[in-house]
Amino acid sequence: MRFSALKILTEGLTGNRGWGAHWRDPEPAEEYDIIIIGGGGHGLSTAYYLAKEYGLKKIAVLEKGHIGSGNIGRNTTIIRANYFLPGNSEFYSHSLKLWEGLETDLNYNVMHSQRGQIGLFHSDGQRDAAIRRANSVRNQGDDAELLSVDQLRKMLPYLDYDQGRFPIYGGLLQRRAGTARHDAVAWGYARGADQRGVDLIQNCEVIGIDVRGGVVQGVQTSRGAIRAKKVGIVVAGRSSQVAAMAGMRLPIESHVLQAFVTEGLKPCINHVISFGMGHFYISQSDKGGLVFGGDLDMYASYAARGNLPMVEHVAEAGMTLMPMIGKARMLRSWGGIMDMTPDGSPIIDKTHIEGLYLNAGWCYGGFKAVPASGNCFAHLMATDTAHASAQGFRLDRFRTGRGLMDEEGTGAQHNLH
Amino acid sequence: MRIECPLCGSRDRREFYYSGHASALERPDPDSSAEVWDDYLHNRDNPAGLTEDLWHHEMGCSAWLVVQRDTVSHAVLAVRLAKGDQL
Ligand SMILES: Cc1cc2nc3c(=O)[nH]c(=O)nc-3n(C[C@H](O)[C@H](O)[C@H](O)COP(=O)(O)OP(=O)(O)OC[C@H]3O[C@@H](n4cnc5c(N)ncnc54)[C@H](O)[C@@H]3O)c2cc1C
Ligand SMILES: [Zn+2]
Repeated sequence: MRFSALKILTEGLTGNRGWGAHWRDPEPAEEYDIIIIGGGGHGLSTAYYLAKEYGLKKIAVLEKGHIGSGNIGRNTTIIRANYFLPGNSEFYSHSLKLWEGLETDLNYNVMHSQRGQIGLFHSDGQRDAAIRRANSVRNQGDDAELLSVDQLRKMLPYLDYDQGRFPIYGGLLQRRAGTARHDAVAWGYARGADQRGVDLIQNCEVIGIDVRGGVVQGVQTSRGAIRAKKVGIVVAGRSSQVAAMAGMRLPIESHVLQAFVTEGLKPCINHVISFGMGHFYISQSDKGGLVFGGDLDMYASYAARGNLPMVEHVAEAGMTLMPMIGKARMLRSWGGIMDMTPDGSPIIDKTHIEGLYLNAGWCYGGFKAVPASGNCFAHLMATDTAHASAQGFRLDRFRTGRGLMDEEGTGAQHNLH
Repeated sequence: MRIECPLCGSRDRREFYYSGHASALERPDPDSSAEVWDDYLHNRDNPAGLTEDLWHHEMGCSAWLVVQRDTVSHAVLAVRLAKGDQL
């Protein structure tokens, strides 16, 4: 099924009865060339680019639940390319460029909205750090603008600029940053992969990885054994469990991150606003809900829900920054399981087992990475060499200490990111 | 979430600082290989279910605690002073 203006018009006039399923529901075959474990954003985009750019056939994505049931359907959808360190910088730049062509590429409306993201700063020292970051983002070839407090007051008149604890000194704006509809990203990639012959197999949990003589043979699943020449692990918060099936212990601890949405309101917040000092960020969805979140709950967790202290903390920070949101009613809160690495940066690498590849450690920032992660992981799985934009995401950087990417500068230690 | 401090009694989660898995108490011998140190510092079992982690009663008695928890249900099952464990 191809989308076109004409199709929308005729369907609209005939009761929308002619839309078909967006992808098939195939039975698993006995063998594939490539199996991707995990049907989240990263697994689906990997399968899509494997089929599209490397012309590979016989690919399956095995998803234990349904497509979009993991973090890809739970995040707050911020897309930006203003990372500072080499390794991250070129990767997120690559991802933002892929986002900009994504809807055309997929023939799918992912509601990509480059509404701009503004990171606030609150002291002279933080302004210097913002200028330094802006310069590095410009060097990487992307846009960054420093906003004075007067400029900011015109753009965001509703912030409390003179609050005692964190008076606002200005902001760092990236105009090409923004948001997209998370579910649509999963659906668009799923449909695109399916159209190119990828089998998307839902309700199929991987429960074992078969390895013989150091070479991967396939996987055991809740729907039987499936052989494969190559297997990619792309399961976000469940990375440790799945890697353990191949005898690996990963530098990952899983944590819960919460998010919140209010009732629908008239348009009032036109950008993504990040209030780093308060661990608070917010944007308004196209439906009108204020979507906001904060920091991790900060203890190892596999419960896709958090605790009240963080709810309170996030609400307090929101009220500090923009008292006007105090009258909005919060509709829902939820959580997702984040695969936290010691330095807060991801892993796209081979493993010590031939034919077994790992894509993990996206922490709380992997939505923006969905296009480039799939693109670079597909490159790695197809060619056995790292993509130019993902050279830094090595698994062994923790052991060697070389190339750690600690954006926050707090140290490459668990529980500090 | 509440944690039963053996010294102070049942207290709100906000009084405690979480520092990670209790395997931090099993410090390798200083002369161990780089692989052993890497494994100790970075790699984790990261269990979905029963775990033991280290919490500091920062806003209470300042004791380090070993807390047995369920990472899926958030239930706190048992708490003991880390003092007894080798550091
Ligand atoms: C509240 C919240 C807010 C966030 N906000 C942002 C944001 O604003 N910007 C940003 O860039 N990032 C954000 N993120 C992070 C982002 O959502 C994740 O980093 C990213 O979605 C993870 O990759 P994924 O989409 O592949 O994960 P998932 O969608 O979780 O995919 C993993 C899949 O693997 C499946 N799986 C697990 N085990 C097995 C198994 N044994 N067999 C088969 N399948 C299995 C799971 O069911 C799941 O569907 C946020 C996350 C959360 C929770
Ligand atoms: Zn105490």
